[in-house]
Amino acid sequence: MKTDRILMAHGSGGSMSQQLIDDVFKKAWNNPYLSAMLDGALLDLPPGRVAMTTDSFVITPLFFPGGAIGKLSICGTVNDLVACGAKPLFLSTAMIIEEGLPLSDLHKIVDSMARTARKARICLVTGDTKVVERGSADGIFINTTGIGVIPSGIDYRPSRIKDGDVVMVTGPVGDHGLAVLAQREGLRFATPALSDCAPLGVIGRVLEKYGGEVKCMRDPTRGGLATVLNELARQSGHGILVEGGKIPVSPVVQGACDMMGLDPLYMANEGKMVVITAPRQAAEIIRDLRQLSEASGSAIIGEVRLEPRQMVLLQTELGAQRILAMLEGEHLPRIC
Amino acid sequence: MTDDQVYLQRLLTEIKGESSPYALMEVCGTHTMAIARSGIRDLVPPNLKLLSGPGCPVCVTAQGDIDAVVAMVQDPAITLLTFGDMMRVPGTNSSLQEERSRGSDIRVVYSPLDALAAAGQMPDRQVVFLGIGFETTAPPVGATIQQAAEMRLANFSVLSLHKVVPPALEVIFGDPDIQVDGLICPGHVVAVTGVEPYRHLADKAHKPMVVTGFETRDILEGIVMLLRQLHRDRAQAEIQYRRVVKPEGNKVAQQTLQDVFEPADCRWRGLGLIPQSGLKIRSVYQDYDARLKFEVPDIEDVPIKGCACGEVLRGRITPRECALFGKGCTPLQPIGPCMVSQEGACAAYYRYTPDKGRL
Repeated sequence: MKTDRILMAHGSGGSMSQQLIDDVFKKAWNNPYLSAMLDGALLDLPPGRVAMTTDSFVITPLFFPGGAIGKLSICGTVNDLVACGAKPLFLSTAMIIEEGLPLSDLHKIVDSMARTARKARICLVTGDTKVVERGSADGIFINTTGIGVIPSGIDYRPSRIKDGDVVMVTGPVGDHGLAVLAQREGLRFATPALSDCAPLGVIGRVLEKYGGEVKCMRDPTRGGLATVLNELARQSGHGILVEGGKIPVSPVVQGACDMMGLDPLYMANEGKMVVITAPRQAAEIIRDLRQLSEASGSAIIGEVRLEPRQMVLLQTELGAQRILAMLEGEHLPRIC
Repeated sequence: MTDDQVYLQRLLTEIKGESSPYALMEVCGTHTMAIARSGIRDLVPPNLKLLSGPGCPVCVTAQGDIDAVVAMVQDPAITLLTFGDMMRVPGTNSSLQEERSRGSDIRVVYSPLDALAAAGQMPDRQVVFLGIGFETTAPPVGATIQQAAEMRLANFSVLSLHKVVPPALEVIFGDPDIQVDGLICPGHVVAVTGVEPYRHLADKAHKPMVVTGFETRDILEGIVMLLRQLHRDRAQAEIQYRRVVKPEGNKVAQQTLQDVFEPADCRWRGLGLIPQSGLKIRSVYQDYDARLKFEVPDIEDVPIKGCACGEVLRGRITPRECALFGKGCTPLQPIGPCMVSQEGACAAYYRYTPDKGRL
């Protein structure tokens, strides 16, 4: 039977499921692990500590300027592995698809997952699909789980953060959150807002050579830069002081946020890292980061202090210091 | 330092040189937020008090009005559309957020026009837009009502909780317990109403007023202008925010306000019933008045135990002086509305102002 939409039968486990696997998934993701058609993937890992992470993607709309749920579902998990200091290696995916999703949309999503995975040098080795009745999901929900291996000498746990360390961010913040909001609300700006969604393995490879000089890394997704800085302050037991004027924000994001009463420091990012390093080689590290197209807007935004413990302060343009609090409640729903 | 920074520091130096004990009140929630975010309050000398007034529309919404909205959304035919801030404002026993989780159809929108579009898309639902805000938000809501009337939309209506600012200021000026020496007036509101109502207030109360913008430099300039008036014992309504505010205001918006709404007595949280301070939908548009359409009850406020939002909104105390501040009442678990709204004085203090004891 030829159809251009997902039917309940596509999730039955029967012949239509098989057809979906053959026509859509195998075509896009062809690799020996998947071709083996076992109940699970059998993997050989290089030596080192293994990092594992999982993330579910429920973003609406499915397609937005600068990205789509497929690309996002790879980047989100890859970047979590990178933030752990791991080289991303293998990925699984589980999809919950709503009855009625156009097959062309599924093709687009799966193709962009495959493209992004290739770019991120990660191999998709096992997967699952379920179909639910119309109204029980919003087009498609995607879960990905990734594993990677941490090279020796790398340890990005926040407990290593010390007084005097340097705080960096790898580019302007808030673009993803604004792009999704603008698409959802039909907002138009002179310069369109594009999501920064990108896999950041390349940042991990650059930082690897600095070994223990890099103390910690984290991707400021939901809750934005402010929330990640607060997590790091709490987990390290130290204070963080950032200078408001040094935090990169693009003019379109700043302008749109001013207009809507939003704060770019709480807007989600899908292609940025917060990096904390020892002061000694901070200048070299920032120079190397700026060479990368994924991190060309890198900037030193502040430093770690002993006091006030577990808090983030922001120095304003007037020279006053105010609290930069964690995100409370719901800022924008379903942005990833 | 850039030229801009040099200028800011010069304004700050003038403010820091002030030695008299003055209390200046910012009326608008956006000012409350901007002052907290820029850290101005920590930089002014201790003899200069910056008080927050009743200018956060979410905060001054009476608890009884929230209770009435909660009662209204029990009707399964109704889809309520609201600005996000209203979701968490506590009523006596519930909030809109809680009602949504119990199954009421309540959705967040960014503009009243979104609500109109939603009504067009859901012909079998009764779509009610919750109208909140002062003279700035009321005109677009009024225009939306006019548009609905032109389209003869039978399933759209507005529950107007709109208010106007000047009557509330008169209440504050009339309170002998509150010291306010000058007003930082709401730039966006005056951009609509024009400066006349504030001229009248300045004369009547003999207090200087400066219509101020929302950037750090605007606010510093506004404070400097107020201090200069105070030194000369002047009480004028001046405009600092000239790039946006015209003395006569926005005639088109004023006309819409006039055509769609009429003044009515209205309850404010913390300030009680203030004559002629609310905006009621005129009878020509009564088909679009949700209050009539769904017989929304008028519910008296039941005070929340220990909550001092009323005192905060009058400028009698600062948020940290409330016993619940940061203890029982936080932005995540708010007890009073000043902690809920992004522009509430308590939320601004909680989010941005470090407790001196911890620094």
